[in-house]
Amino acid sequence: MTTATVAAAPAVRAERAPGIKPRGWIGFLFIAPNLLGVLAFTLIPLVSVIALAFTDWNLVSGVGGITFTGLDNFVAIARDPGFWNAVGLTLLYVGVSVPLTVVLGLALGIALNRPLPGRSILRAIFFLPYIVNVVAIGMTWLMLMNPKAGLVNQVLEVFGIQPGWFASSNWALPALIVMAVWGGVGYCSLIYLSALQDAPKQLYEAADIDGAGAWAKFRTITWPSLLPTTVFLLVTLIIGASQGFGLIALITSGGPGDSTTTISYYMYQTGFQFYRFGYASAIGLVTFAGVLALTLLTWRAQRGRALND
Amino acid sequence: MTNKAAKWYWGIPLWILAIAFLAPFAWMLSTALKQDVDAYRIPMQWIPDPVQWDNLKTVLTGETSVLPAFGRSVFVAVLRVAGELFTATMAGYAFARISFKGRDKLFLLYLATAIIPAQLLLVPRFIYFQKLGLYDTLWALILPGMFTVLGTFLMRQFFVSQPAEFAEAARMDGANEWQIFSRIYLPLASPVMSALGILAFVWSWNDYETPLVLISSPENYTLPLSLTNFVDEQGQIAPGLTMAASVVSIVPVLLVFVILQRRFIAAMTHTGIK
Repeated sequence: MTTATVAAAPAVRAERAPGIKPRGWIGFLFIAPNLLGVLAFTLIPLVSVIALAFTDWNLVSGVGGITFTGLDNFVAIARDPGFWNAVGLTLLYVGVSVPLTVVLGLALGIALNRPLPGRSILRAIFFLPYIVNVVAIGMTWLMLMNPKAGLVNQVLEVFGIQPGWFASSNWALPALIVMAVWGGVGYCSLIYLSALQDAPKQLYEAADIDGAGAWAKFRTITWPSLLPTTVFLLVTLIIGASQGFGLIALITSGGPGDSTTTISYYMYQTGFQFYRFGYASAIGLVTFAGVLALTLLTWRAQRGRALND
Repeated sequence: MTNKAAKWYWGIPLWILAIAFLAPFAWMLSTALKQDVDAYRIPMQWIPDPVQWDNLKTVLTGETSVLPAFGRSVFVAVLRVAGELFTATMAGYAFARISFKGRDKLFLLYLATAIIPAQLLLVPRFIYFQKLGLYDTLWALILPGMFTVLGTFLMRQFFVSQPAEFAEAARMDGANEWQIFSRIYLPLASPVMSALGILAFVWSWNDYETPLVLISSPENYTLPLSLTNFVDEQGQIAPGLTMAASVVSIVPVLLVFVILQRRFIAAMTHTGIK
């Protein structure tokens, strides 16, 4: 796609001969409906959230009650044990669920790339959780993971373990991780599948002639050719996993205790249950900066790898 | 090993995995059709006996029917999809095919905002929608969804890959910009538009976080919010009714998925990578 952009740009420029000028405002007219909406519903809110982060404001004090407090919110965040607890939980949640989803998605993608009986049905089955709303999924798993009578613990009885899942502060986060992996694996496998279909076939043929084994082929051909896809998936899943609060709001409300109060839920709670808009905005900004840094690190790591190869 | 044997050698374990993977959905469907006393029966009763159609009936026609919420979700989704397709197609086309001053800078600004998570914007949206009287109305869900950066980006990527010669030839023949767009390029875009439409529909249909923050009265609940109607004040879930309502909420996306599977998967994978 990038190549297409580069190729098309000179063609467009070359057309800017005399007499083409009126098209200036016409182009703007085409963009205007979208631009006005983006301005109203994205850009202005974005500027506002940045401004709000430097104020102390809550619902009770009303618009007149906005006071500029400089960096106070950020200082308070740095000292807020609730915030750091949430950061730790988020890192744990993201750090376990994202790599697990990507690795299992890769394995599944490779498996689904073979000739299989009913292959397209198989693909659809694994993809299914991805298109279902979070409430239907959450309610179902909540009952499946009922500690006393749920199906999950009936199965686990064979192994002699009976986790308390959402009733236990040790098991609530793992339960969310199980759900995240189940929900994301099919999506990853599909993305990998479409990348695998673009994999360089001549290289595999050459490797076959050289008598390379399956693992050698995976390590030297498949994995490097999938690296951009892997980075893309890591980035999307990191962003998704660190920003979502819907499932937690639905199932655990951050509990038991604060064992599932991830950073995004903490922000939701601060903003929409305690109506501390200034502080919530600051948390949102800090989180966004953190996720962005994590994303860039992932990106850099991949670039470093690509240069070494 | 023959090809056929190899096919089943991998096929059988994968099918077993797939069936285990489907278990939550099977449980949902089974529970939707059974009496509450059987929901947690040990061992699990997969085939409901007796089959309890009353759950579905209550969910659809009872006092706490989800049908009004279903209707609101349809209303929101239709307007969002139509609005997004309209604004994104035009803007994407101009970003790709009509040059004007500052276009590329504006596009960069667009790209930069694409990485902003929607959750970050909820606080100011909550405040503004309250001031504008849009809080707790369906418009709070519809309006932001009609003007998206991502949709514009997708459409631009498509139009940029189309040959510019069509437009040049048409201009020679005296066609104006609107005619070039609507008669030449728009018809070419229908696969991408349907992909974007599918995505926009699924996002809108499944959105839970936005209405959770911006909708407060039950008479404005969209479908995902209304699925919590069957949880009492102590947090006790009525299994049969909740699962029946969940089944109802899945049917539309499932239909779109089954009918347009190929296009659906292409939409999901392409927006991803490119």
